[in-house]
Amino acid sequence: MLGQQVKVATAEASPDNGLRRRWRIGEKFIEGWIFLTGLLAIVVLLGIIALLLKEGLPIFLDTPPWEFFFGTRWYPVSEPPTFGIMPFFISTLWVTLVATAISVPVGVACAAYLAEVAPDKVRETVKPIIELLAGIPSVVMGFIGLMLLSPLVQSAFNLNTGLCGLSAGIMLSLMSLPIIVSVSEDALRAVPDEFRQASYALGATRWETIIHVCIPAALSGITAAVMLGVGRAIGETMTVLMVAGGALAVPVSPTEPMMPMTAAIASGIGNAVRGGLQYQALFAIGLILFILTLAVNIIADRVLERQKRKFAR
Amino acid sequence: MIGSRITSRQLSQQTAFGLLIISAAVVVLPVIFIILQIVISGGSAISWEFLTLAPSQAGKAGGIFPAIIGTFYLMLGTIIIALPVGVLAGIYLTEYAGNNWLTRIINLAIVNLAGVPSIVYGLFGLGVFVLALKLGMSLLSASLTLACQALAMTITTSREAIIAVPREYREGSLAVGATRWQTIRHMVLPQALPGIITGAVLAMSRAAGETAPILVVGAAFLLPRLPQSPFDQFMALPYHLYTVAAHVPGIPQSTMWGVALVLLVVVLSFNVLATVIRLRARRRRYSS
Amino acid sequence: MNMKLSPDLLSNAPACKKTRLGVTGVNLFYGDFQALRNITLEIPECAITAIIGPSGCGKSSFLRLFNRMNDLITGARVEGRIELDGINIYDKSIDVVELRKRVGMVFQKPNPFPLSVFENVAYGPKRHGRHNRGELEEIVEKSLRQAALWDEVKGKLEQSALALSGGQQQRLCIARVLAVEPEVILMDEPCSALDPVATLKIEDLMRSLTESYTIIIVTHNMQQAARVSDMAAFLMMEADRAGVLVEYGPTSDIFTNPKDKRTEDYITGRFG
Ligand SMILES: Nc1ncnc2c1ncn2[C@@H]1O[C@H](COP(=O)(O)OP(=O)(O)O)[C@@H](O)[C@H]1O
Ligand SMILES: [Mg+2]
Repeated sequence: MLGQQVKVATAEASPDNGLRRRWRIGEKFIEGWIFLTGLLAIVVLLGIIALLLKEGLPIFLDTPPWEFFFGTRWYPVSEPPTFGIMPFFISTLWVTLVATAISVPVGVACAAYLAEVAPDKVRETVKPIIELLAGIPSVVMGFIGLMLLSPLVQSAFNLNTGLCGLSAGIMLSLMSLPIIVSVSEDALRAVPDEFRQASYALGATRWETIIHVCIPAALSGITAAVMLGVGRAIGETMTVLMVAGGALAVPVSPTEPMMPMTAAIASGIGNAVRGGLQYQALFAIGLILFILTLAVNIIADRVLERQKRKFAR
Repeated sequence: MIGSRITSRQLSQQTAFGLLIISAAVVVLPVIFIILQIVISGGSAISWEFLTLAPSQAGKAGGIFPAIIGTFYLMLGTIIIALPVGVLAGIYLTEYAGNNWLTRIINLAIVNLAGVPSIVYGLFGLGVFVLALKLGMSLLSASLTLACQALAMTITTSREAIIAVPREYREGSLAVGATRWQTIRHMVLPQALPGIITGAVLAMSRAAGETAPILVVGAAFLLPRLPQSPFDQFMALPYHLYTVAAHVPGIPQSTMWGVALVLLVVVLSFNVLATVIRLRARRRRYSS
Repeated sequence: MNMKLSPDLLSNAPACKKTRLGVTGVNLFYGDFQALRNITLEIPECAITAIIGPSGCGKSSFLRLFNRMNDLITGARVEGRIELDGINIYDKSIDVVELRKRVGMVFQKPNPFPLSVFENVAYGPKRHGRHNRGELEEIVEKSLRQAALWDEVKGKLEQSALALSGGQQQRLCIARVLAVEPEVILMDEPCSALDPVATLKIEDLMRSLTESYTIIIVTHNMQQAARVSDMAAFLMMEADRAGVLVEYGPTSDIFTNPKDKRTEDYITGRFG
């Protein structure tokens, strides 16, 4: 390799004709910064993990994990306090379930429409509107849920209050639609046209082609879309804080008021004494949330990578 | 016989396409409805006083001027921190990083940062900036927190914008004896600028609407004066909307809708701005 | 088959000229793939050396050795010795940036920067610390004149370079290289994207530059090699796809009296 040349070259090292290596100190300095900032994403992520562990884990010295995870009573200010997060966990489950049950079929169908059926004109009108939806802040969605949706839900299901898991789930489904639609649509568009041609050549209709060829071929991408939508629903805070009702009991049906994990943190953290048990417990909930969404995202990312490779030439 | 079979298959296709169209309508109509509703109900609350006065009587009267200004400060603070960092990291990933394990880990970290729930960023900001670094419940703490949250986005958009700069320009620059950094600074970055700005504006739009993190690191509900330094407390539109809608009884409905409208206008106008920048840059590229 | 040598070509007979670039036993690898094997030749100063050969035989790779453009490709590895004025340019102590100032390059596809005509030419000098407007104007005019482009663009120096025609763009790229006053100019099929008229202009330009520049040109076009070059090197792929140097010498010899059967086959195949 070069090494053997270097030996020969030493005789004439430090060439004197302007080709000698310069040390551009300013550039080295900037490049050093560039490298350090390149690492920053890792630093922040590790920082989040470290902080959640440091502030959250100590709760298990007081409340054993079993009681923490499966306890059904959250009384942070009674004497002695109890920290059972089952109500929050079940609430998160309910709202996510409702959100997914609506957003997945609607979102995938909408994506199929946009990718396979819609004329360009329609597509170009619908896509910006979906982007608009993605841009609406979650507090505004919460506000809409509070003012417009919950009265509807209350009268439709004849409830004591419209502020319940169902209302929150419906709002969440709207909020996870944009990601589900756009990722599913990309997956469908990535399906090579030869697949469709082959299907038409066998006499299949467009619909049969969509349902038997395109969607199966794009399935991993659609799966990733669903995962990302679920991640979004689990992590969403303001909407569920404002619309889900905030009750502390374990909800047995989505029409009850409830308090998902994100809402529990948001509503409790203001009153928690730093380093106190409630503070630790809330950070522990944060840790669980973090792990849940991390898992969902890593799986989605993997699935997407696989989808990308599938049709890459 | 063949004819009738085709007709029934055609019929099922018609039905199916009908369902698909309904799904698209189910996505689109609520958006239009929500926006119209906010514009109509909020429009009546908007007045010169509403936009320029400080709130009084626990938000029942007066205006929301400090919240508007606080939100702009917050957007500015967030982007001042997140943009340079995002661009430098984007440069690292496109121009320096090799195809190795470190790069893969960085990319994995970015993907995951983008998925961390906003409330968790709030906890992070509370633990690190407010308490550990003793910055208190201040504009600075909130900006830093939102900047951490915006990081994934500014890195990704910068990276995409930089990658899109054609290789020929880099080679041409290096071939006349420009250094690597000079090539980045004078050739790559100017070309990538529209894309980078688009990402920055989008990140600002997001920061304007974020509520959960600033709720945790401590936005103020009522603060009749404007923040005088980064270490002051501040009001912000999304937090104000949350409190007037969910916490304070007796607020006139029109006031709430008004706050929602102002917030929506701020957020969406930055969204539109980003789109305009993107389209103009694209048109310029094709026309020349 | 017999090629008449123009008096012009004869007057440029390279024998009297001193060696500017020396290549000794060079191997080039892209990862595990060997693209060039054991290349040895000497390139004279102030002359045009043409590199010819079938596509994929490593002509571009060979050319990019001289300004170390292959450094940008991950996995690319060079063995052997390449000297500029007797100095090994792959030595550890060599500054690649300084090297590229002295060894300029023109690419196959014209690649003007998306800047004004003026800024395209001024780009190199500015990077090397020249910011005085008057001085830059002088350099730009001189370079554009040398590149035989001045008369066509003097009225539109502030317009986008992308609005120029393909041939003008390529001459602009040559002017851009001339503006940093290199000693050697590498050209990788500079006319392959141009029409015949633009091609002739570039060829004239190259001839006029041999006064003071050493030029190495990769070309697909045998007529072009015969027309403009003083020396010619014929590269070819072996069975394992590695490029080897089959024959090298004065252009007149290569075209009229090839020593190697393969050269003859290639030239007659392409030429007759
Ligand atoms: N960046 C690269 N990585 C791997 N192989 C390459 C690269 N560039 C060129 N090659 C290979 O090296 C050989 C020579 O390529 P090149 O120098 O471009 O040939 P030419 O210019 O004569 O057409 C080809 O087989 C090509 O596939
Ligand atoms: Mg080539």
